[in-house]
Amino acid sequence: MQTELTKQEKTPFSNADLRSWAVVALAAIIWVILYNVIEPFANWLTYGLLDLPKDSHLGQSLAFFFYDVPKLLLLLSGMIFVISLVQTFINAQKVRAMVEKRGEGVGNLMAAFFGAVTPFCSCSSVPLFIGFVQAGIPLGITLTFLITSPLISEVAFVLLIGMFGWKVALLYLISGTTIGMISGFILGRMKLERYVEGFVYDIKPRTGVQMALEEKLTWEERIKRSAESTREIVSKVWLYVIVGIAIGAGIHGFVPENALTGIMGKDAWWSVPVSVLIGIPLYSNPAGIIPIVSALLGKGASLGTVLAFMMSVIALSLPEMIILRRVLKPQLIAVFIGVISVAIIITGYLFNIVI
Amino acid sequence: MTTIKVLGSGCANCKRVEQIARKVIIDMGIEAEVIKVTDYAEIMAYNVMSTPGLVINEKIVSTGRIPTPAEVTTWLTSALETA
Repeated sequence: MQTELTKQEKTPFSNADLRSWAVVALAAIIWVILYNVIEPFANWLTYGLLDLPKDSHLGQSLAFFFYDVPKLLLLLSGMIFVISLVQTFINAQKVRAMVEKRGEGVGNLMAAFFGAVTPFCSCSSVPLFIGFVQAGIPLGITLTFLITSPLISEVAFVLLIGMFGWKVALLYLISGTTIGMISGFILGRMKLERYVEGFVYDIKPRTGVQMALEEKLTWEERIKRSAESTREIVSKVWLYVIVGIAIGAGIHGFVPENALTGIMGKDAWWSVPVSVLIGIPLYSNPAGIIPIVSALLGKGASLGTVLAFMMSVIALSLPEMIILRRVLKPQLIAVFIGVISVAIIITGYLFNIVI
Repeated sequence: MTTIKVLGSGCANCKRVEQIARKVIIDMGIEAEVIKVTDYAEIMAYNVMSTPGLVINEKIVSTGRIPTPAEVTTWLTSALETA
């Protein structure tokens, strides 16, 4: 398998690159200033301009809303830009070339790591799957990549930082990667190759196709591209964030405290599997699910249960399974769902016990 | 004639790429055929693992992202020169 990454090209540094970095630096300074004035601004808007009393419920909710929305949108834009910049160095071809030489175990670990950092469009899962299998990468490693990539979403990660802090976000990152790694490893051991649709093995690469893949990107191009993908992602999710926060604020105000302790709390042992089962067919944009998750947490649901629910919503979904059905036979899809659900359930229990 | 192929199973991003390609063709005032390639076997024949992919005269110019109209214009211009 010839690849275009035999040599890591040194990116030349030109004046245009320098200018682009200057723009990034300027944007970073503005970002920091903005980030620091949000809170005083939200307070001024609520208690100064709108003149709401400080102890009123409405005033507190509004101040919270005016603070949270710009804070999360700023965090999203800033961090998605940084993540996108890192992603300009990674693509499916490179990941495949790196994973190709590894056996099971290390291969699963690498596939999980790259799955976590690679941007994922569910419409790419079939080409990815075929591409990996064609390169002779073991099924288990391929599935690890296919599990981790949607499970770890950069939008979810940033929103978790914004709403729950670094610890929960890191927990999500580490547990998601581990779930992908272990589920893929187990699926690999189960020898399920015969449940892959036969046509996958019969595809012949076309001859005479030229690859003009731009691997020698300049910094200017990388920065431009990251800015573009940031704009793309933020423009897709900002509305979810605002609506989600508004709903969250509503739940916050109107649902009694501890209303969910009985059904989603630590003591309800069945809550983890039930949440995961409910989450399997559901699909939601991570941006839509996290504010709701945050509201559930505030009402007595436990962290493990809520994270397990979130993961099953974003990792397993009916549309995704329908797409995968093109390359996987129903038996393999069933095992795939089963193993991942069990892994997510175990993770949920672990968090409930540990935290 | 110039042939532009958009590789992808028909997701939103693939449709965007197709729209951009059609718009650039009109803006440049050239004659080109835009073909949507949705069959996975056909997509994989190009060894493209991240869709949407863009192929101009059997040359893969972009994968896994939505190129800008300016980029498509550049690729089409150079495709016309070599043709």
